[in-house]
Formats: sequence, C-alpha cells, structure tokens
Amino acid sequence: MLSRVANAIYWMCRYIERAENVARFISVNLNLLLDMPSEKGKHWEPLVMITGDQELFEKNYPDYTQAAVSRFLTFDRNYPNAILTCLAAARENGRSIREIISSEMWEHLNTFYLELADNGSPDLALADPHRFFKIIQMRSHLFTGLMDSTMSHGEAWNFARIGMMIERADKTSRILDVKYFMLLPQADLVNSPIDNIQWTAVLKSASAFEMFRKEHHHITPRNVANFLIFDGQFPRSIRHCIAKAQICLHRIDGSPLGSANNTAEKRLGRLKADLEYTDIDEVIAHGMHEFLDGLQTRLNQVDAAIGSTFFNLKPLIEAATNEQ
Amino acid sequence: MATFETYDPGDYYDELIDADGHPRPGAQLLVDKIASLPPGELAIRQKAAEALLLKMGITFNVYGRDEGTEKIFPFDIIPRIVSASDWQKIESGLKQRIFALNEFIQDIYNQKRILKDKVVPEDLILTSRTYRKECEGFTPPRGVWCHVTGTDLVRDRDGRFYVLEDNLRCPSGVSYVLENRQVLKRTFPQVFEASRVRPVDDYPTKLLEMLTTLAPEHVQSPTIGVLTPGIYNSAYFEHSFLSQQMGVELVEGQDLVVSDGFVHMLTTKGLKRVDVLYRRIDDDFIDPAVFRPDSLLGVRGLVGVYKEGRIALANAPGTGIADDKVIYAYVPEIIRYYTGAEAILPNVPTYICRNDQDRAYVLAHLDQLVVKAANESGGYGMLVGPHATEAERAAFAAKITAEPRNYMAQPTISLSRVPTIVGDRIEGRHVDLRPYVLFGEEIYVQPGGLTRVALIKGSLVVNSSQGGGSKDTWVL
Repeated sequence: MLSRVANAIYWMCRYIERAENVARFISVNLNLLLDMPSEKGKHWEPLVMITGDQELFEKNYPDYTQAAVSRFLTFDRNYPNAILTCLAAARENGRSIREIISSEMWEHLNTFYLELADNGSPDLALADPHRFFKIIQMRSHLFTGLMDSTMSHGEAWNFARIGMMIERADKTSRILDVKYFMLLPQADLVNSPIDNIQWTAVLKSASAFEMFRKEHHHITPRNVANFLIFDGQFPRSIRHCIAKAQICLHRIDGSPLGSANNTAEKRLGRLKADLEYTDIDEVIAHGMHEFLDGLQTRLNQVDAAIGSTFFNLKPLIEAATNEQ
Repeated sequence: MATFETYDPGDYYDELIDADGHPRPGAQLLVDKIASLPPGELAIRQKAAEALLLKMGITFNVYGRDEGTEKIFPFDIIPRIVSASDWQKIESGLKQRIFALNEFIQDIYNQKRILKDKVVPEDLILTSRTYRKECEGFTPPRGVWCHVTGTDLVRDRDGRFYVLEDNLRCPSGVSYVLENRQVLKRTFPQVFEASRVRPVDDYPTKLLEMLTTLAPEHVQSPTIGVLTPGIYNSAYFEHSFLSQQMGVELVEGQDLVVSDGFVHMLTTKGLKRVDVLYRRIDDDFIDPAVFRPDSLLGVRGLVGVYKEGRIALANAPGTGIADDKVIYAYVPEIIRYYTGAEAILPNVPTYICRNDQDRAYVLAHLDQLVVKAANESGGYGMLVGPHATEAERAAFAAKITAEPRNYMAQPTISLSRVPTIVGDRIEGRHVDLRPYVLFGEEIYVQPGGLTRVALIKGSLVVNSSQGGGSKDTWVL
C-alpha cells in the first residue's frame, strides 16, 4: 500500500487512542474528587503533569482549576494533545484515506469530531462531566470495534493496530509514572486509605481495577505497577500492547516472529524481549521513573523506525538516484 | 408548506410545470406526491437529506474562514426531470460533439488540416494559453484525448437545449450525481420506482473500463490511480469517492516518482509501477519539469514517461485547447468539418471580441450580454451585463479593448427553472445541466448529470462558489 496511506492510518489510530486516554485521565480525576473532597485544589495539576505539557498550560491559564484544566485538555485547539485537536487530526488523516477505511469508520469518526466541535460541547462538559467524558471513551471504543468488524484485517489494519498499541503503551506508562512520582515520596501515606484510593484510581484510569483484583488481592504500588507493566493478558498493560504491536508488524512483511527483517522489527523485538526477561522487583530496584522514562524513549525510537522503514521512502530514493 | 397550487412558473421554461400550470407528462407522479404530503413534511425530508450529506462527509472546504466551516454542497430534494425524447437528442448531440472535438485536438497537434483549410484561424490556436506545444506530433493511445467530459447545457425560454461550455480538462461534480441519487432514492422511494428513472450508478464501472483500455499494450492487469491535488482541494471528496468506487489507488504527486523510465508509487514495500492515471490536476501543474516549475502537486518527469507510452493519462495533456471559450464559438464549424453534419446541439450565439465587428457590437451592448474570459472557470472572470453596475461594465470594456483575443460575449439566456424549496414555499430557480461523457472504446453518456441550481432569487449563476446548489436529475 501507499506509504502516505500507511502513515495516515497509523496516525489516525494514534490520535484516537490519545484522545481516549485524555478522556480517561479526566474521568478518573472526577471520581477521585468525589472521594477526596478536601484535596480539591491539588487534583488537577497532576493531570497536566501526565501529559508533560505544564509549561504550555501555565503560559495560558492562571490556575489549575477544574474548568481550566478540563478546557485545556479537551477543547484548546492551540494545544496539540487536547481531545478536540487529536480528533481533528484523526479526522484529517481519515479523510485523506477514506477510500481505504470503511464508510462506517469514516462516518463515525466524522460525527465524533463534528459533535465535539459543536459550540454547545463545552457547556455540556461542564454541566455533566462524568457523562461527557464517558461518551468520548465509548465513542473511541466504538471506532475500534467498527475497525475490527468492518475493515479487512490486511496491511492497512495492521498499521492501524500498531499505531493504537504503541500509543496505548505510552499512555499507560505515563499514568504509572506520574502516580509513582507523586505518591511514593509521601512515606507516611503508605497503606493509608488515601493511598489506597489513589492507587485504585490509577487502576481505574486504565480500566484495570476489576481485572487487577482477579490477579492480586492487595492494592500495593508494587502489585499495581507489576500488573500495568507486565501482565500478559490485560489489554492495556504495556507488555500486552507491545506483543500485539509486534504481531501486527510481522504480519506486514510476513516474517516469522523470531526473526527481524528491518529496523522497526529489531527495535520492537528487543523491547518485547526486555519486557519478558525483566520483572517488577528489578524495575523497582533500578528506579521506576528511570525505567518508564527509558521505555517512553524506546517507544519513540520504535515509532521513528516504523517511519523510516515504511513511510519515508522518498529521501532514501532521492539519495539513491543522486548516486547514479 | 404551500405546494404547487400557488406555484408560478413565470415567464421561463419550467422543467416540471407547463405554461398552463399543469405538470409536464413525466412529472405528474412527483407533483402529486409532493401535493399529498402533510404540511411541513417536505421541509422535514429536505432537512433529513442535508443531515445525511453532512454525516457522509460530503462537504467542500470554504477557504478564508475559521476552522470547521466545511459546508455541504447545497442540495434541493425536488428533482429535475428530463423526458426520454429530450434525452435522446442530448445524448446523440453530445456524442457527435465529443467525437468532433477529439478529432479537432488530434488534428491541431498533428496535421493541422483544419488550420490549413482556414476553418479555424491559426493564430487563435497558437495564442491560446491552453495550447500545449509539448503535445505537437503526439498521438495518445487509440487517438483519444478527451476521455472524460462534462458539457454544460442550458435550456432557453424556447425549450431548446444549447451548449454553454465544453469542459474537457478536469470536469468535476459526477460524485454529486451519484450521491444525490442515493439520497433521493431514500427521499421519494415510491415515486422514484414508479417513474422508471434510468440508473446512473454504473458510472464508476464505465470509468474503470475506460481507464483499463488505456493501459500500455504489454501490461496484463494495469495499476490504475486517481491523481489528486490533496485533501485541501475543493473536489477532494470526489477524487476519493471515485477511487473508492473503482477500487483503485488514490495518489498525490508526493506519492509518485519517475525511476528507470516508469512512474512508480512509493509503497510500504518499495516502488510499484503505475500504468494509468486519471489525473485531476490541471496540465499546468502535472509536471514541474515541463509545465509550471513551481508546482508542488505534480510529478517531475511524468510527461516524459507519458510521451514514451509507458503511462497513460486521462485526460490527455493538451485537451484544454478545445476548452478555450473563444474557440468554443467555432465548434459548430468544427463539427461540420469533421463529421460533415450540422451540430445536433446548437451553441449559444457568440460574439468573438477579436473580430472588429463583433467587438463593436459587444462594447455597445454590454448591458445585455454575458462576457467571458477565454480561460477562466467556476464563474470567475465573467460579467453578467444586465446585473452589473455601470462601473463594472466600464472596467470590463477596458479589459476587452486591451486584450480582445481573450474575450467572447453571449446574449443573456433565460435559463429554464425548476421548482425549488425556499423556506416554506416552492419557487422557481434557474438551472443548467452537466451530463458526463466517457470516451473509451466508444462514447458513453451517463443518463442523468448534474443539475446545478442558482439558489439566489433571480440569479443566473449556478456555480457552487457563487451561491449555487444541485438537484438530482431524472432521465426517463
């Protein structure tokens, strides 16, 4: 398939997954707020921390209030990772490949964006935020479902899945990173009810609470991190996302899983092997933040390798013709 | 909603209602249906149709405004109906006209017989901005140049159809014909079925067949692409739609490279050869090495590969010469020259400003004429004399005097009208008709076409950039 098309479908899915995750963060924070009313003022800053875009926020908004943060993360068209901006980008990508995706997917994505961009949306988000952000998550799921059931699982679909899985792995690592960073230094809070509520929230923002309970009984930072990084079956765990991305990547050029034909396969394979041969105690011993930070860097390298392997042939070809 | 009881066809030819206020034969079922709807129902159906178009993303970009101002191409649910006998004449007239124009293009780039015989003045050709010297001596596969044409027809007060413009470069709008039909089938299902409307849906199949026949002879199963300027082009929806319907690649200039004497697409698995391009980029932009060097839309080296016969292009570069609005005036003679017959579909009478006598007449009667520049489209570069101000007419007179070659003028045609929903009433609005013609192994005229409607009261300009909309066209 065309490189440009592969690139567009990959990014379309990354953007939709990104939008969904921002909605998840906000949803969970809203729930936390109900449980910890006294902490009200402090709850919205970490949300912006997860994104890593505090500087941009502080330049344009005076305080970390619910209204400001929710506006920034949801509707601010000047902020590249706002839900609306992500959906606009997903839709632009989708429009450029609408002959590739199914019309169900296109029509859904189009409506998803148009309704969010509607002038009435910010009021709706303030009036009933729980419902509003839930709807965004469900629409993202609906898109994923449509993609799964109305589009052939060929090359384009595999690129779409890789985009989605890499974005999801990145977001799960960020949720964990911020909470770890925020919560652990306060030693006196360990095993307190507040601590418990916070770690439950971490799980919930990845829809992982119930599945976690089936595996582990006690909510400890170690168990939560173990589940979100290493669980082999939970669909939002980092290891699971990487494994799924790898399968799709190998389907594209038909090479078996054990081998690696190109830079993208090599980098992703190495990352997956590292996740398989590491455990949570090792990670904690070396430092959780360092581990997660390194993981995000490596995900970026995988992304760059996918780009140079499949999407950006032109510089290579021009260089090749120049040599003749 | 008020229905046809209060409808006034006015002093125009009305496509659905005759001068006595009775429905024309083919329109009886439709008019009865609309009359039988409960109050408000027609407006509800109109809204539903618009919502459907927005949901399907059938929109065009409006430039120079805030983000998110995409609009649907306005659509009116009351169809235009063309009788079988009218259609028969249109179809045979278009076949004759396209055949002759194709002969003309082949001739002027090769033997130039028509110029030597002084039927068309030679300097008129050589001074045309759309004449491509690069095409001299070239014959495209099967000698076909204009593979896809969208000819604009109008009907005057006398009920006759006239050809207003030949669009032989990249005529757009056929996707609206197909989508409008989808919507209207849902809007008036029983009437549609009972009226026995001729189908338009096989257009993509016919287009694909035509493109396949263009492939170089050595190619068994050709790779075909639609070449688009990209998502910011106002017709992008159509490019995407056609490639999807045909199941071929939609490519941009940036997706293509010339290497080893062939054109290739950049794919995730390396280079893949392309054999046929249905290009929706104008000649000027397709190859920066040959035409405009600043073009970012095209493919460097494409025309070289084309002239070697290693890729086919539809339409062929160079067809724009027959699109020149001054050369248009000669088409009846062109038809006579190549077919020996009179034109079945007449031209609108045309004054050629480079002829002294005509120019004097035009300058003296600007308030009655429509003046057009030779190479503009989309309703730009034109003066509608009766609706223009004194100052606008004076400005145009100066342009004509300065560059007479570049202008022609026509009497204002009283375009026919079709009943159209205006608020809670039905009023007559002026329309034209653009049927689509494919030239492959034979000439095919899609039974239907785009009926464009000037939604502004009294307006004669049907272009979407100037307040125009569209209607479904039912050929019986």
